[in-house]
This record gives sequence, structure tokens and C-alpha cells, in this order.
Amino acid sequence: MSAPLDPPVLEKTAPGSWLTPRTAFTALLLAVLALVPIYAILTGDTFAMTLFTRVLILALGAVSLNLIMGYGGMVSFGHAAYLGIGGYAVGILAKEGIASGFVQWPVAVVASALYALAVGALSLRTRGVYFIMITLAFAQMIYYVAIGLDRYGGDDGLTIYKRSQFGGLLDLQNKAVFYYLCFVLLLGGVYLVARLVNSRFGLVIRGARSNDRRMQAIGFPTFRYRLVCFVIAGALCGLAGALLANHTNFISPALMHWTRSGDLIVMVVLGGLGSLFGPLIGAAAFLVLEEGLSRLTEYPALILGPLLLLVAIYVNGGIEGLLEGRRDG
Amino acid sequence: MLYFIEQCLNGVQLGMLLFLLAAGLTLVFGIMDLVNLAHGSLYMLGAYFAATLAAVTGSFVVAVILAVAGSLVVGMVLEVVAIRRLYSRSHLDHVLGTFGLLLFFNELVRLVWGPAGMTLPLPPQMLTAVQIIPGVYYPLYRLVIIVAALAVAAFLYALVMRTRLGMLIRAGASNREMAGALGVNIKLLYTLVFGLGAALAGFAGVMQAPILTVQIGMGENILILAFVVIIIGGIGSIRGAFVAAVIVGLIDTLGRAFLPDMLRHMLSTNAAQTLAPALSSMSIYVLMAAILVFRPEGLFPAASR
Repeated sequence: MSAPLDPPVLEKTAPGSWLTPRTAFTALLLAVLALVPIYAILTGDTFAMTLFTRVLILALGAVSLNLIMGYGGMVSFGHAAYLGIGGYAVGILAKEGIASGFVQWPVAVVASALYALAVGALSLRTRGVYFIMITLAFAQMIYYVAIGLDRYGGDDGLTIYKRSQFGGLLDLQNKAVFYYLCFVLLLGGVYLVARLVNSRFGLVIRGARSNDRRMQAIGFPTFRYRLVCFVIAGALCGLAGALLANHTNFISPALMHWTRSGDLIVMVVLGGLGSLFGPLIGAAAFLVLEEGLSRLTEYPALILGPLLLLVAIYVNGGIEGLLEGRRDG
Repeated sequence: MLYFIEQCLNGVQLGMLLFLLAAGLTLVFGIMDLVNLAHGSLYMLGAYFAATLAAVTGSFVVAVILAVAGSLVVGMVLEVVAIRRLYSRSHLDHVLGTFGLLLFFNELVRLVWGPAGMTLPLPPQMLTAVQIIPGVYYPLYRLVIIVAALAVAAFLYALVMRTRLGMLIRAGASNREMAGALGVNIKLLYTLVFGLGAALAGFAGVMQAPILTVQIGMGENILILAFVVIIIGGIGSIRGAFVAAVIVGLIDTLGRAFLPDMLRHMLSTNAAQTLAPALSSMSIYVLMAAILVFRPEGLFPAASR
């Protein structure tokens, strides 16, 4: 490596300089997240555990959105639909007396994947703003389907009386066990995305984001690659939905309201688009900020809203970008 | 048959309302290339302004005029303070920023007006029904909405196609730099266009306020419908927005009114009752998805894009 000739961007990743503010912050965040249950058990502060379980689950959803949005350039404004499908898979099966997680969770993942396949097959023919809007339209359809499910609570939602059963293997009623399961699944999700985006498959996806026509000209059937990527993201988010249903013991169409999809986009962009841990940082920042502000004031969004606006106007690459001191896009 | 005519009018009325919202949205989207999720907030603010002003002044008409003026001012201030800085950013940043604004406005309304909703009572002379054809009575106020929206549509058409300001707007839309180089004050123009869009959204909120409750988040679901309208109509096209708004309004209303009966012929009553509301809510999204797949630019693609 001829260091003096390298452009400045590469110096950051050069050996010896891996300890940037960004990696330090990520490591610190992961350490804190790993210690939350211990803190909660020692102090009896179960609220912290509830909050951070939510952070982990929605971070998994954001990680899956980041895969298509950050790396693939596919801005899905209907990602909450998968949270809903995963959640409803658990809720409906539980209501019908099938409490086994070995059935519920695969159904949640497969149902989300199939839905993503249908949505992706149609949506990926469009580009830009039209893609944003068509994914939104499909999510709205699912939202109204859920409202129409009278047997499963309709508009009011459905209480899940029993968390998914995993035989004697895992007891999800135990909050610490559930927390660590979410933590492991989140790390697994990040690992999956890391392996994907650095593989040949991921390079095609990233190539198609910057210049789809050129990728096709080289001979890659980019539509198929993008569709597979879309389906993987949907399946991963369906898993997050199954976790969310187990976490809140309740599902309702509100889970899929378009503002929930907006929340997921906010988390990804806030944390750092197209970075591995950005969605986690974004989810943690968004939810902790929301919670912290609502303790400080009765009107948290009066501060949170303008803050998001400021990030949108002045910050490139979200919080990760800030930590790197990035100034230009 | 009479019921059908009544439902058609209801559909047109919903369509007119959607047009008022979508016209502003499509102007801002088409000319400034801005995805504005806070457009529904301006609709909500218009309704709150009107409900408050009607209570203070005691006059419905004065309240409507002042509320629309208020929305215009809020829109222009918002553009100068915040929106202006978003134009150069990506669509994703628009989503983030205007989503923040949406949260902000919902909270602001809760702070100022409290969490409970408000109502805007109609003046008594508006409460009557008119006989439009023998045997069919229709609420006067809903006719007023239709006529008012048609007037706005005609005004917009004249403004954009027949005035100097409209010419500048079209010039700014087709080539911002060139128009700026020729001495057009693009910044001021954009502020005016955004203010106009805000006033239209506020007007839609005002007109809808007597029919629905004025409440927090009232703009969120109808905003999505307005987005559907501008996508179907073609982004940036006011004519497209008008046609698409009527189509969406009719499909949504007629679906709700007649789908349950139609399904009853094919399915059991029970299944029909469950399916129909979901299907009729979905129908416009199915239409939009179909149009995007087969005609990605919408029904009336604006010439400039």
C-alpha cells in the first residue's frame, strides 16, 4: 500500500486507524446494549429493558430497510407492512391455538417474503418517487386488510395471551432471555447484511444503485438481483414483526400505519444510510430521544420534529456521518 | 337509482376535496421536486384556524377567508424558514425533514388547542338540502364544496396558463437555472408557489371541517390519498390531479356504497360484510399500483418532465 497516493477516504479504513470516533461509538453502544438486562435486574428498572428491547427489534427492522434503501437505493415507504405481517402471523396463529414458535416464526418470515416477492415484482419496474409511492400503496392495502380482519380484532387489534413457545429451549416470558434473543437476532441480521453487501451479489446491488443501465449492459439481470434483495429485506423485517408481537403481546393495524413506515425511514436516515450499524444507532437515538424528551416535557415532538428537520438539512450521512466528521455528501 | 346519484355526488365531493389538497401537492412536487409529508398538517391547521375563528368572530364566511389567509401566511413563513433549505437535498432528506415537521405540527396543535377535537358548526342557512332533480335531495353544503372547488380549479387553470405569474411558474418548473438566469426571482417564486399550495390545503381543511371532526392527525390519511391522486394524475399536472381526484373520489365512495351488495351475490353475507370495507379501501391503491405498472408517468404526464 502506497499510503501517500491513497485518496483521503481510504486512509480512514487503512490498518492502524480503525479506532475512529465512529467505531468507538458503535462499540460503546453495543457494550451498553449487552449490559442493559444486567443493569435492569440489579436496579429493578424493568422499564429500561422494555425500552431497549423495542430499540433492538425496531433496529432489526431498520437494518432490513437499510439493506434495500441504503445499499440498493430502493426507498421503500411501506416497510412497516412487514412488521405487521410478521406480527399478525404470530397473533393469528396464537389465536388459533398454535403457540409453537417453531411454527409461528417461520410462517412470519415466509409470509413476509412472499408478500415482498409480489410487491417487489411489481414495484421494481418503477423508479425514484414512483417507487416510494407504489410501496406505500401496497402497505396501505395490507393496512386495510388488517382493519377488515374482524375475527382478529379488526381496527382494535388483537391481544396475544401467550408468547411463542420454544419447548424447553427458550422461555420468552423471561424478559432477559427475550432481550438477549432479540440482541442475538439483531447481530445476526447485521452480520447477514454485512456478508451480503460485500459479496458479489451485494456488489451487483450497489452497482445497480449507482447505474442500473450500465450494470445491465455488462450483462447482469439486475431486476432479479434487486428482487431477491427486496425479498430478503422483507423476510428479515417479518422476523422483526414476530419479535414485536411477542414484545408487546398485542398487534393492531396501527403497526402498519404509514407513519410507522416513516419512523423506520427516519431511523435509517438518522443513523446513517448505507452503513452497517447506522440503523441501530438511528433506532436507539430516535426511540431514546423520544422517551427522554417525553419525560422532560409534555410536548416532546416540539423538539424532536425540528431536530429531524435540522438533520435533514445540515447533516450528511446521519449520526454516523457526524461521527466521521463528513461534510460533503 | 336515486341512491346511486347521491353516492356519485358524494364521490365527486370527495374528489373535489382531494383535488384542493392534491393541486398544492402536485405544484410543490412538480415545480420544486419536493416530497412534502407536512402538506396534511397545513390542511389540519386550516381546519383549526377556521373552527377557532368561527367561534371568535361568529361568522362562517369571515372564518373561512381568514383561515385560508392564515394558511397562506403559515405556508410562506414555513417555506422561508425551513422548506427552502430542503430543495437541494435528496428525496430521502425531504421525507425525514417534512416527517419531522408533521410531528412538530401535530404537537403544536396539541399544545395550542389541546388533545380534544373541535367542531365547526355550519350557519343555519347551509344546513338545508336542495332538490337537484325531482325526488333527489342533496345537502346544500356539499354542493357548495363542489362549486367552490370547481371555482378554485378554474382560477388555478387561469393563473397557471393565462397570467404572467403562471408563465413564470411554468418556466421555473421546466428549467430552474435558465429561468433564474433570465432574471426571474426564483426564490420569491417558490415561496409564492408553496404559499399557494398551503392556502389550497388550508382551504380543503376548512371546507371539510364542518363534515368531519377537526382533530390532530386528520391530515395524515387524506395526505396519502392526495399522493395517490398526484401519482395517478401525473406529477406536476394540475389537469391530471383534477381528473385523478374525481376518479379516486368516485371509486372510493361508490366502492364503499355498493361493494357490500355486489359481494353478497357471490359470497355469504358474513364474508361479504368482512371483505367489503377492506376491499373498497384497497381499491384505489390497486388502481394506483396498476397505473404505475402500466403507465409509470401517470395519466397526464406533465410536459416538462
